[in-house]
Order: sequence, then C-alpha cells, then structure tokens
Amino acid sequence: MAKGRTLTAEEFAALPTTPPKRGNGPWRTESGAVIWQQKETWGHAVRKHWRLYSLCVLPLIYLLIFQYLPLVGTIIAFRRYQPGMGFPWNVVGVSWRGMRYINQFINTPQFWNAFENTVIIAAESLIFTFPLPIILALLLNELRSRRTKRVVQTISYIPHFLSMVIIAGLILQLTLSTGLINEVLMKIHLISQPLSFMQDPKYFRSIYVISQIWQTTGWGTILYLAALTNVDEQLYEASAIDGAGRWRQTLHVTLPGIRPTIVVVLVLNIGSFLGVGFEKIWLIYNPALYSTGDVLSTYLMRNGLFAQPQQASYATAIGLFQSLIGLALIIGANTVSRRLTEASLW
Amino acid sequence: MSTFDEQGNFQVKTLDEVKDRSFIPKTTGYRVFTVINVIILVGFSVIIILPLLNVLSLAFSDTNAITAGKVGIWPVGFNLFTFHEVATTKLFWREYANTVIYTVLYTLISMFLTTTFAYAISRKGLKGKSGLTWVALFTMFFAPGIVPSYVLVNDVLGWHNTMWAMVVPGTISVFNLLIMKTSFENFPVELEEAAAVDGMTTYGILVRIVLPLSKAILATMVLFYAVGQWNDWWKAFLYMDDPYKYPVIMYLRNLIAGASQQGVGGDPDATAQLAANVKSVAMVLIALPVMCVYPFIQKYFVSGVMLGAVKA
Repeated sequence: MAKGRTLTAEEFAALPTTPPKRGNGPWRTESGAVIWQQKETWGHAVRKHWRLYSLCVLPLIYLLIFQYLPLVGTIIAFRRYQPGMGFPWNVVGVSWRGMRYINQFINTPQFWNAFENTVIIAAESLIFTFPLPIILALLLNELRSRRTKRVVQTISYIPHFLSMVIIAGLILQLTLSTGLINEVLMKIHLISQPLSFMQDPKYFRSIYVISQIWQTTGWGTILYLAALTNVDEQLYEASAIDGAGRWRQTLHVTLPGIRPTIVVVLVLNIGSFLGVGFEKIWLIYNPALYSTGDVLSTYLMRNGLFAQPQQASYATAIGLFQSLIGLALIIGANTVSRRLTEASLW
Repeated sequence: MSTFDEQGNFQVKTLDEVKDRSFIPKTTGYRVFTVINVIILVGFSVIIILPLLNVLSLAFSDTNAITAGKVGIWPVGFNLFTFHEVATTKLFWREYANTVIYTVLYTLISMFLTTTFAYAISRKGLKGKSGLTWVALFTMFFAPGIVPSYVLVNDVLGWHNTMWAMVVPGTISVFNLLIMKTSFENFPVELEEAAAVDGMTTYGILVRIVLPLSKAILATMVLFYAVGQWNDWWKAFLYMDDPYKYPVIMYLRNLIAGASQQGVGGDPDATAQLAANVKSVAMVLIALPVMCVYPFIQKYFVSGVMLGAVKA
C-alpha cells in the first residue's frame, strides 16, 4: 500500500485496529486515524540511546565470559580434558571421545544410587519446604500486632543470613551423641541410648529435610507476604458483606490472590529439583552415609573434580545431564502451569 | 505500589504492613484462632532460636561440661578462654581481613554491573530490551555446571589463588537484577523527563536523580550481595588452596571438615566435642557482623516489587 494516498472505504475497513506485531505497516485507531507504523531501525535506536546501550556493555561482557563461555565449555563432556590443556573448547585435535563419558556414568551403579537419592531427597524436601512458607505467611498475615509480626519475621529470617558452613556446623553439633537433640530425647525418655545420627544412613534424609525446613521456611514467606500486601482490600470488604468469615475469606480471597506467586515459586522449585542440597550435603555427609545421602552433585564432585587423577570430562558429562533435565523440568512445569492456571514464569 | 517517604526517598511498600480488617465481626472461633496462631508463631520462633542459643552457650562453656554433654541453651562453667585462644590466632584475623576485602570489592563490582544493566533493561521502548533481559534470564534456567566454570577460572583465566577468583565470578545475580529492574520501572517517569528537559544525559539522570532516590532498593541489594559474599565458602574451596588468602569462612569449614572425617568409624564424639568449643567461637565471630546489620535493613526488604520481579 502506497503511503500518502486516500483510502477507499473497503481499504479502510480492512485495516487492522491494532499496530502490526512484526515489521512495518498501516493500522487504524478507534477515532478513525490511519497510522503507518514504522519500527525503529537498529542504527537509529543506537544513535538515539547509545548511552543506555553503553551501560549494558560491561554486564554483557561479564555474562558472556562467566555464563556463556562455560556453556560452550561443556563441550569437554565429549572430549578428554586435563588441567593445563589450555583452551578447552577448541574443536580441532584428536581428543574427541564421543559418548564415552556419558556411557561411563550410565553404566555405573553408584551413579544410579546417587540419582535415586537425589530424586527422593528433592521430593521429600519439596513436600515440606514448598507449602510451609505459604502457611506461615498466612498465619503472619492474620496477626494483629505489628510488633509481634516484626519480631517473628526478624527471627525467622536469621537462618537465611547464616553461611552454609555455619548451618553445617550446627547440624553436626546438634546430632552428636552428646548433642542437644540426643540430650533432649533422653531427658523425655524417648530413647535410653544416644542415637548416632551421623553414622547411620537411615537418619540422613530426615536430618536433611528437617534442617532444610528450619533454614528456608522463614525466608520463603517474603514473596508471599509481598503478594499479600497487594491483595485488593475491597475484595475483603465485599466478601464480608456477603457474610464470609475469616476462613472463607482465606480460601476465596487470599489464596486466589497469591496464586500467581505460588505457581511461580513452584515452577522455580521444580526447575532446581536435581540441584538439591549440593553445598550442604557436601559439608555434612561422610562415607558411612553414601547409601542414602550421596546425591548427583556430590557424586560428580567426588568422582570428577576431586578424584585422583582429576576427571573433569566425566564430571562435566554428569553436570550436563543434570542441567538438561533441569531445563526440561522448568520448561515442562511452566507449560503445564500456563495451561492450567494461566500463571507462568514467562 | 510505590510512594515517596517523608525524606523524599522513593520507597517500596514494606512487608510489616498489617491489613486492617476490623470490619469483620470477631467470632469466638476467631478469638480462639488468634490465641493458637500466636502460640504457633512463638513456637516456631523458639525452634529457630534454640540451635543458635546452643552454639552461643557452647562458645562460652567449659570444655569438660561440653564433653559431658551438659550444655544446653545456657553456658555451663562460663569462661572466655576459647575466645581468647581464637582471638589471638593470627591466621584467623588474617582470613577475617581477607573476607572484609573480598566482600567490599565483590559488592562494588556486583552493584555496578547490576545497577547499570537493570537500568538499561528497565527503560520502556528500548529496542532489544527483551532480548537483553533474556540473555540474563536464560542463565537462571540453564547453568553450565561447576566443572566448566572451574576450568575457566583456574586454567583459562589463570586466577587460581588470586583475589579475582573471589570477587569477579557470580557478580550478577539474576534474581537481584530482576528486583532492581522492577524497582526502576516503577520509578516516576515525570522526574526523569523533567531532568531530561533540563539537559541531563542518561548518565546524569541515573547518577543524580534515580540512584539518590532509590536508597531503599540499593540498601537491600547491597545487603544481599554483601551477605552472599561474606558467607560464601564455595568459591574459595574451588579456586584457592593458600590459607593466607582464604576468606575466614574456610577457617570454620576446615574445622568442621576435620570433625566429619574423624566421624568415619570409631568413636568420634570425644574429639569432636572438644573441637565444638573452638568451632562455636568461630561461628559466633563470623556470623556476628551479619546478624548485627540485617535487622536494620529489614524494613527495606522489598515487597510488591518482588512479585513482579519474578516475571520476565
């Protein structure tokens, strides 16, 4: 359609009423004006906003080197890599190994033991650490006293600000045979002999999950509390007029109000499913607990990076496997939640 | 969602706002619930605090009492001996100083990269904005794993045992970036337009108008980054093996690792308990600065912004 020409009535009626999504073209507004949408060209945008783009340069260089270069570096999952070999992602050379490192872990029983542990520990953690912050946030929301609310919040955030090393130290200290947990259990006569928590594989997962609850529940409320302050006050008034009590309001106003947040948090949790407990388990476990406590990330560190001799390629192959499953999980969870709840991460 | 406070600072809603729902009739059931609610919340707080009190009292207790397992939440045989022991260890303070240096540098670099990037991708109508956002967002969904990063820092960049390995990797947190982006998006556009009319450049607007009025969000970000670095042991564990360059958290980590290795077979408890005294003191000294600072910044912890922040 040529610009600057008078349109016939049919041509006018055929014009879209919204700006074209891609490229350039005409559209008409409700008041009857015809607008030619001209998308900004890159050259024009850069000339006009070069200062804004210049602000992105250093962050982009950082992301390129420290996030995207390692991504290319995962190529060593298919090549033999040894420290000092230099630039690991050059594609020429004879050290290609194809699927060798992938086959190596697929055929190792300890790998599958670690995989099973990862799934069990991650599922058990999720069952508790996902709903508990929601419940705590709702309870905090019902508190009338501002001061009490503030104090409970301050205390429950403490674990989030402690180093994982300190948390690991706490766990090891509390689970000693003379530690606080055994002392208390003996005092209330639940047990007569101290339990050796850290020597017996059957306790490990419970210890992990309980410590995870202790650590994450308080801080986990922050997103929900944020969402709760944005629930429309008028909805409460309207439902009160309709005769709804506090409980019905929680079910029909509060929970739907924070549902998008709940969904987003769940999707993110599912995405990091396989990365479970990495630093913490690495710090607290010992060989006696491998049968229940060894997870993928600890397995790959022990048998890859810190093996003698170092097996960087083997560890990278496992890491790649882990990342790919993580990506698939988050895309899957996001798609499902967009279909079912219309809330999604992107 | 956002307002200006008395000092004229651009503010986000704080989380301790209490909804006034006094228009709802208070039934007996609700009164009972209120009491139970308070009991639950107080109980929860006690559970959070107990293990911390245990460590605190271990730090001040007599070694014999610790070995006998007599120390609960109150020091037994109060003494400052172990404190003195740790406080006169040169290596401990050397590493403590390292932690301070690493934290300051890391926070400066992080804040610079996050602020500039967040500001650029918060501008409406900037061409390529969503592409730029996705460059950062993608790294949250697909991380390359530990080994390639390890190879990059140690072998390719040659940063093994250098300060750079501590202060450069991990300086952009996507989560923080999105929070800042949302905060800048909510910044009143009239102020920026007025400044632009006065002939200010983008740099001038960011440094002289936007940042001075965004103290709350800046304080929150500084806290998040600084605490993250203060507590981080993993980078030092991967990229360093020189004790004189370690951050102090590695001092504690090595104490703990010593105990858990002895935990393999035999009865580890006696030695572990003796070490508990030293460990507790180290834990208290390391956690102290963070515990003193965060309650004061708590009021700034973002609210409404975070909600939008998670969405791309």
